[in-house]
Amino acid sequence: MKSENLVEIKDLNFSYGDRAILKGINMTMHRGKVIAIMGGSGCGKTTLLRLIGGAVTPSSGSVKVAGQVVHDLSRDELFQMRRKMSMLFQFGALFTDLSVFDNVAFQMREHTNLPEAVIRDLVLMKLHAVGLRGAHKLMPAELSGGMARRVALARSIALDPLLIMYDEPFTGLDPISLSVIGSLIRRLTDALGMTSIVVTHDVQESLKIVDYVYFISEGVIAAHGTPAEVQESITPFVHQFVHGEEDGPVPFHYPASAYARDLRMGGSVA
Amino acid sequence: MQRTTMDLWVGLFVAAGIGALLVLALKVGNMGTYSAAQSYTLMGSFENIGGLKPRAPVKSAGVVVGRVLDIQFNPETFDAVVTMSIDIRYRFPKDTFASILTSGLLGEQYIGLAAGGDEVMLKSGDKIMKTNSAMVLEEMIGRFLFNKASENKDGKN
Amino acid sequence: MLPRRIVLGIQGVGHRVIESVWRLGRASRFFILMLMKSGTSMRRFRLVIREIYFTGVLSLIIIVVSGLFVGMVLGLQGYETLQKYGSESAVGTLVALSLVRELGPVVAALLFASRAGSAITAEIGLMKATEQLAAMEMMAVDPMARVVAPRFWAGVISMPFLAAMFSSVGVFGGYLVTVVLIGVDEGSFWSQMQSAVDFRYDIVNGVIKTCVFGVAVTAIAVFEGYDAPPTAEGVSGATTRTVVTSSLAILGLDFVLTAFMFRGMS
Repeated sequence: MKSENLVEIKDLNFSYGDRAILKGINMTMHRGKVIAIMGGSGCGKTTLLRLIGGAVTPSSGSVKVAGQVVHDLSRDELFQMRRKMSMLFQFGALFTDLSVFDNVAFQMREHTNLPEAVIRDLVLMKLHAVGLRGAHKLMPAELSGGMARRVALARSIALDPLLIMYDEPFTGLDPISLSVIGSLIRRLTDALGMTSIVVTHDVQESLKIVDYVYFISEGVIAAHGTPAEVQESITPFVHQFVHGEEDGPVPFHYPASAYARDLRMGGSVA
Repeated sequence: MQRTTMDLWVGLFVAAGIGALLVLALKVGNMGTYSAAQSYTLMGSFENIGGLKPRAPVKSAGVVVGRVLDIQFNPETFDAVVTMSIDIRYRFPKDTFASILTSGLLGEQYIGLAAGGDEVMLKSGDKIMKTNSAMVLEEMIGRFLFNKASENKDGKN
Repeated sequence: MLPRRIVLGIQGVGHRVIESVWRLGRASRFFILMLMKSGTSMRRFRLVIREIYFTGVLSLIIIVVSGLFVGMVLGLQGYETLQKYGSESAVGTLVALSLVRELGPVVAALLFASRAGSAITAEIGLMKATEQLAAMEMMAVDPMARVVAPRFWAGVISMPFLAAMFSSVGVFGGYLVTVVLIGVDEGSFWSQMQSAVDFRYDIVNGVIKTCVFGVAVTAIAVFEGYDAPPTAEGVSGATTRTVVTSSLAILGLDFVLTAFMFRGMS
């Protein structure tokens, strides 16, 4: 059970039109682990999550979740598969027309025939796990960013999924909410025996909670390893990323023609 | 918003909508006064129907008693056969007089029924024998001008 | 440089044409898909009831108030003109026929498009922009069945009721002005109206019109929302397009329907 791979990605390529986003990605993710996928903005991390969730189809290669190739499934099979996984979106993506309680109860009501009393208990338990049982009557608009993220977390564990994907869960949070979310991800993963994939560029917070890290740069895996290995890494890209240096393999300047020529110096223009 | 309050409002909304449709049908429209289900048909031949159209009212003593269903041209007698549907509550004697009249000077044309004194009543599908054609304005004006002209001629002579 | 400019211009025209044909195709595909996914909203009618509240009940005030004023203006204007010919008792006919045949369906649909249609577009567009639709999709719930179809059917159901209320309140407004204020004879007001307005011919045709408008307006509204670019400008643009497109659709369809329904008769 421990050694079983929940997610296997083989030679994955993905492109939007002519633009290659991901080039030959290979990853394996074990059950019960928290895996971080890091990389600069726009490097294809979110696309990778969408590929795992079956929202987009790869150009070539395969994504296997729990032994099934995601992009070969029919729509009904995909929907069956998705009941075993859930995704936490960047800003929570709570349903704004439903209360906190109804948000968490949403999947239970859609996918199960549980009586309302059972649903009520389950929802309160899930909300209790994220410390927001007292807020179940509020509407999403009344929540702070951190609280909304926690409600979304409660909603994503509603049906006890095998796999949770977090799309930038730390973005725009104050330091307290940030560490609350971080420790919740770790605790829920351990308590429920799930697997968590965290897409982030928040190095310091995520290195504290994850078991394994993949770095993606320009569509390929630049480096991977445990947090300890990563912090010691001398690979230039990883070093730059982990320590947040301004210039390095990821250049400060967007590719451009020579500076002098752009400013029309050197006497070529009168 | 509580579920029950929402249900209440939607219930009221649907009730008001159906109510409005009923008002339109009964108070504004002619569903209340006349219905094709309880009517019988009468026919009438007219030399000239003028501007009479299907659905024009059939009135007796100014009261709408029915409607024109259909207008056909009879190629044998060269006149117009008008089929009327008359409310079942109103029966007319055999010698009823049907004429095509105009409401106001420029109003729409309708059929006026003037009851006679016969003991026998008209049955469904019967033909009204005594009819009076529509007044055609051009003919009237033509006749008037002709009369005027001949008056003048008389005066001169 | 002029030829280049011409080439660019032609390219622009071509691009627009291709773009609109694409959109039309997407819209038809969307519409068929939505009809196919409508089973859920019929089975769980509570979803539709909830949306009837938002599209129908919340549009009531604007519909009733506008209907009243339109009827009152019709009464006033009609009286002014008809009394010149001494036929002011026909004012009831004028008010009722204009409302039942044309103004009721058309004005109510225009108001519905700008009140409820724009709200539907903005709501669905925002749900898309804030990834709520993507989240639903990831929860193995089809947004087409759960979000789009109930809103569509709620709009289709609400529209005829709203238009009927508009017309009957309008007739009441005309009655208020001409009978109560000006003093036209009440009996002839109603009797002339009743003898001129035919149930099958005028009222049923008016209701058919509103049903067609209801389908058109809500289909446009849900499509624009679903198709909106997931940004603030995208949603606001889509909302504007909903009002413009559905207003044009209402007026165009009204002409076509009127030509079919009332052609060559009285």
